[in-house]
Amino acid sequence: MAEKTGKPEKKKDDGLKVPWRLNVEYEYAAGYFATRFFRELRDTGRIWGVRCPSCQRVYIPPRPVCGICAAKTAEWVEVSDEGVIVGCTVVNVPFIDPMTGEQRPVPYGFAIIRLDGASTALYHFLEETDPKKLAVGKRVKAVFRPERQGTMLDIKHFRLLE
Amino acid sequence: MPRKVAIVATGQTKHVAKRTDVNLRELITEAVTRALDDAGLRMQDIDAVMLGNMEPFEGFLLPELWSVEGWGGLGKPAMKFNTGGTVGASTAIAAYYFAASGMYDTILAVGFEKQSEGHTQTAITTVGDPLWERTMMAGAIGNFAVMASTYVHESGVTEEHAAKIAVKSRRNACNNEYAHLQMPNLTVEEVLASPYLAYPVRRLDFCPQSDGACALVLAEESKAKKLARQPAWIKAVATAHDQQYMGDSPKRLADMRSQRAASQRVYKACGISDPVKDLDVAEIYEVATYAELAMYENLGFCQPGQAGKLIDQGVTTMDGALPVNPSGGVLATNCIGATAMIRVAEAALQIMGRAGKRQIPNARLALATGYGGNAWTDALILARE
Repeated sequence: MAEKTGKPEKKKDDGLKVPWRLNVEYEYAAGYFATRFFRELRDTGRIWGVRCPSCQRVYIPPRPVCGICAAKTAEWVEVSDEGVIVGCTVVNVPFIDPMTGEQRPVPYGFAIIRLDGASTALYHFLEETDPKKLAVGKRVKAVFRPERQGTMLDIKHFRLLE
Repeated sequence: MPRKVAIVATGQTKHVAKRTDVNLRELITEAVTRALDDAGLRMQDIDAVMLGNMEPFEGFLLPELWSVEGWGGLGKPAMKFNTGGTVGASTAIAAYYFAASGMYDTILAVGFEKQSEGHTQTAITTVGDPLWERTMMAGAIGNFAVMASTYVHESGVTEEHAAKIAVKSRRNACNNEYAHLQMPNLTVEEVLASPYLAYPVRRLDFCPQSDGACALVLAEESKAKKLARQPAWIKAVATAHDQQYMGDSPKRLADMRSQRAASQRVYKACGISDPVKDLDVAEIYEVATYAELAMYENLGFCQPGQAGKLIDQGVTTMDGALPVNPSGGVLATNCIGATAMIRVAEAALQIMGRAGKRQIPNARLALATGYGGNAWTDALILARE
């Protein structure tokens, strides 16, 4: 995951440095709600949320309890693969991709997107990397990968509709 | 009824990008020694210790164990807190709870971080749920940029407004001997010429990564009166959380639910109806210029959409009606485990009248906040009485 190597000492009053490198792998249980969501995404390319029976909010990611009403969510609701940008950026600083341990290529478009039919919004990549062409309120559509694995990256990115 | 509790002493290290001359334990020892000297106390006089740090950043599990002699923990009641950006304020609030409850009389609180030794942004990315958010996250910068874009859209603040905040911070920091980024000649033009880290956030719109530690001594009323000529009395504390996912509150920065909730609670407890009029100074946790502007609205310093006007009119500058971050704030210094505690320490110094060149004359009522984790807020009000 993280990588840190010792750098040559510049100032003569610097103390010794101890380099340490960590390569670790994790495996997380997706849980009931995400397992169902990602199997649907993988097998049918459809996107589902869950509805709070009290406030009627449709949550993506789906989850067992509405945080606002503290009510158990019950009903699965299909939402659209199109939606609206509620926040967006183009990232220019290189980061370690925590999923791979490799540096993620820059620039890349990154947004919070509210899919039609959902009350909450999702993080995802944008195809567009020119900030001048991006704006809050613009409509986008999911671009699926031909081979789907059952992860958020089954959606390659979102493409501007206009 | 909670007992009256005050901050009676503070200690900070000189915050810099890299403290290569000391290890984490020695850094902690510096801040603790300064706070104890400031209070005129020895380690034996401390009843309990509260510690704050974000251990994934440096890659130490239980750094408090490794550093126990630096904070005098041997055989003493102690707890460690790990709540993200709020951690330093959460640690101070925990110390307050223990003193206010009557459990302990004199408590040491310590926050510390050596960002130079680890991978802060990689660790921050692991805040994201691995199934839904982590894949796309880009440390704190990408997250803040997305939120800032929404806030800009909602509020109409401009890049110039943000740049004015950047200039205010780095110039204020010149009056603070502990601050990391001190830029006496920084101009709005220079901020606007700095490259985008992630649109609309430019390099000079964002906080630095710092190495530093901060310590506070808190004491109940009778001890506080003996230990400090002017204690900084803790009048109210609050913490509030938001929902888990960034998209759960899509206008996260524009409408900071946790910040509104926590600030309203402490204002109500202190009878504050108009924060700009009632407060004398604020030390707030703003990791980016746009965050400070959004916080003006969410802390009730102005109506929604009016934050740009507030900085244009100089309301939050050193000689304005409500100076915000005379210390330079987080935009000048961010040693995460210590950062929110530095807000509390700086607010306390203002109340004690001991803030040196950054002192706001006759400061009687101060707000300190912490912000972070996933949009959590801590808030404290400190007062002379």
